[in-house]
Amino acid sequence: MEFALISLLNGVTYGLLLFMLSSGLTLIFSMMSVLNFAHASFYMLGAYFAYQISGAASFWAALLLAPLLVGVLGALVERFGIRKAHRFGHVAELLFTFGLSFLAIEVVQLVWGKAAVDYRVPSTLQGTLFTLYSTSYPIYKAFMIAVSVFMLAGLYSFLTYTRIGLIIQAALSRPDMVQALGHDVPRIFTLVFAGGTALAGLAGVIGGNALVTEPGMADAVGPIVFVVVVVGGLGSLTGAFVASLLIGILQTFMVGMNYSFVDFAREIGLDIHSAPLLARLSLTQFAPVMPYLLMVAILIFRPRGLMGARET
Amino acid sequence: MLEVKDLHAFYGKSHVLQGVSLSVGRGEIVALLGRNGAGRSTTVKAIMGLVSAQGSVRFKNEEILGLKAHEVARKGIGYVPEDRAIFPDLTVRQNLVLGIKDPRKRGRWSVEEVFSLFPLLAERAETAGGVLSGGEQQMLTLCRTMMGDPDLVLIDEPTEGLAPKAVEQVGEFLTAVKKRGISALLVEQKLSISLQISERLYLMGHGKIVFQGTPGDLRANEGVRKEWLEV
Ligand SMILES: Nc1ncnc2c1ncn2[C@@H]1O[C@H](COP(=O)(O)OP(=O)(O)O)[C@@H](O)[C@H]1O
Ligand SMILES: [Mg+2]
Repeated sequence: MEFALISLLNGVTYGLLLFMLSSGLTLIFSMMSVLNFAHASFYMLGAYFAYQISGAASFWAALLLAPLLVGVLGALVERFGIRKAHRFGHVAELLFTFGLSFLAIEVVQLVWGKAAVDYRVPSTLQGTLFTLYSTSYPIYKAFMIAVSVFMLAGLYSFLTYTRIGLIIQAALSRPDMVQALGHDVPRIFTLVFAGGTALAGLAGVIGGNALVTEPGMADAVGPIVFVVVVVGGLGSLTGAFVASLLIGILQTFMVGMNYSFVDFAREIGLDIHSAPLLARLSLTQFAPVMPYLLMVAILIFRPRGLMGARET
Repeated sequence: MLEVKDLHAFYGKSHVLQGVSLSVGRGEIVALLGRNGAGRSTTVKAIMGLVSAQGSVRFKNEEILGLKAHEVARKGIGYVPEDRAIFPDLTVRQNLVLGIKDPRKRGRWSVEEVFSLFPLLAERAETAGGVLSGGEQQMLTLCRTMMGDPDLVLIDEPTEGLAPKAVEQVGEFLTAVKKRGISALLVEQKLSISLQISERLYLMGHGKIVFQGTPGDLRANEGVRKEWLEV
């Protein structure tokens, strides 16, 4: 029970962090048909910027400024990179963002070195919020949830109650028609790209110190974010939200369970001596594979994703 | 008002528009007829800046060819595509609101006016656009475009696939457009409603204008009709 509750909380924290990354990616993907391979790089930059700003000023300044900086960088990348590459087709665009993700890693290594940097949770947010039996729940995780929920509410209100939000929603299904109605769709693309990368930056700010800030952090999370977008369904923010939580919670539970098929068999009274390797793997060992299996299953059985508006 | 001269367009290597010239005067409703594949939709898209083309398109004595679609729209041209392109997840009201280019300016049409003209849409104001019937969706697209207060509308096959009752409604809509002095280029396949409402017409075949005149001229010319229109 105690394990379940803490795992659930951890899973939700991780899931919300995934959503902060996948919401931007899914908006960019469904509106502009740009598969942005460099999306997780903006997450990494957010963490490094936050590390730098935290050192010079404070964590709170970083929380505000780092996502902003990342967003501005995103806008520049869209305006002067992706838009240029777009003229040469989707492959050029894909290669451009691919190259960009490598560039980001090289630059980060050049400036901050190959080892992890000492980006820490600020002292005001260190400590334990509550202890359940023997497990303690840190303040910082609650803070991460609070920031995520705040961001979620902000994104939802922006998309639902503002005119630009409405235009963005419409452009998710028919950007050409939105433009023919007189809306400057290229400018809105830049805005969405900036907003999406800023969210990735924010995830970096609050995730970089909870996890680890190092040059490999983009590659660690990038593939999972793609899985979330595919599982959730293209063009669907709700889908990305559900998939983020699903994968976040599932993976957290599996990591915590040292339990295999053989163990299960024993429990119900079967004693298997020569089980195949697969049956002997514990759920923990299986956890990293789970998102990709889920993606393959979705692509086979429901190619439009859980709530997708169009085919993948 | 609109002056198209020697318009050429290509899809890859196929030469889809081969020197199309046509004009629409102020307050005039002009039909563009032709069989499927004649190049009517491409003509309209080229005017709108949705496909690239060579030649000249002048609107209010200003060259607009080469502008992006939203710039063309802001010059005062409205576009109603043949696939209707409503925003399925948004409500009828939200669809209409998206037609407004500049919320600070008041155009000739307001949401309330559209609702009073077409009570069917008013009843479904808060319904998602995607669940409307074909005829209702067509009315919604037409009205959405009018919310942008265009001086000229390009309407691509508004009656295609509609029940007779819905066709009648489209006819009423076009009458309302005409009464307000708005010009229209109306793409149709058959002679039906376009003939009752339009003053002049062009007939397209294989990417060229093959006939132009009044509806009466076309009615009198069985040879042209047989060759370019009827199956
Ligand atoms: N996106 C496209 N790609 C390639 N060919 C196209 C495309 N759209 C239309 N065509 C071709 O261009 C020609 C003219 O099409 P269109 O302008 O849609 O005709 P109409 O509207 O009169 O039926 C047709 O032969 C059609 O097959
Ligand atoms: Mg057509």
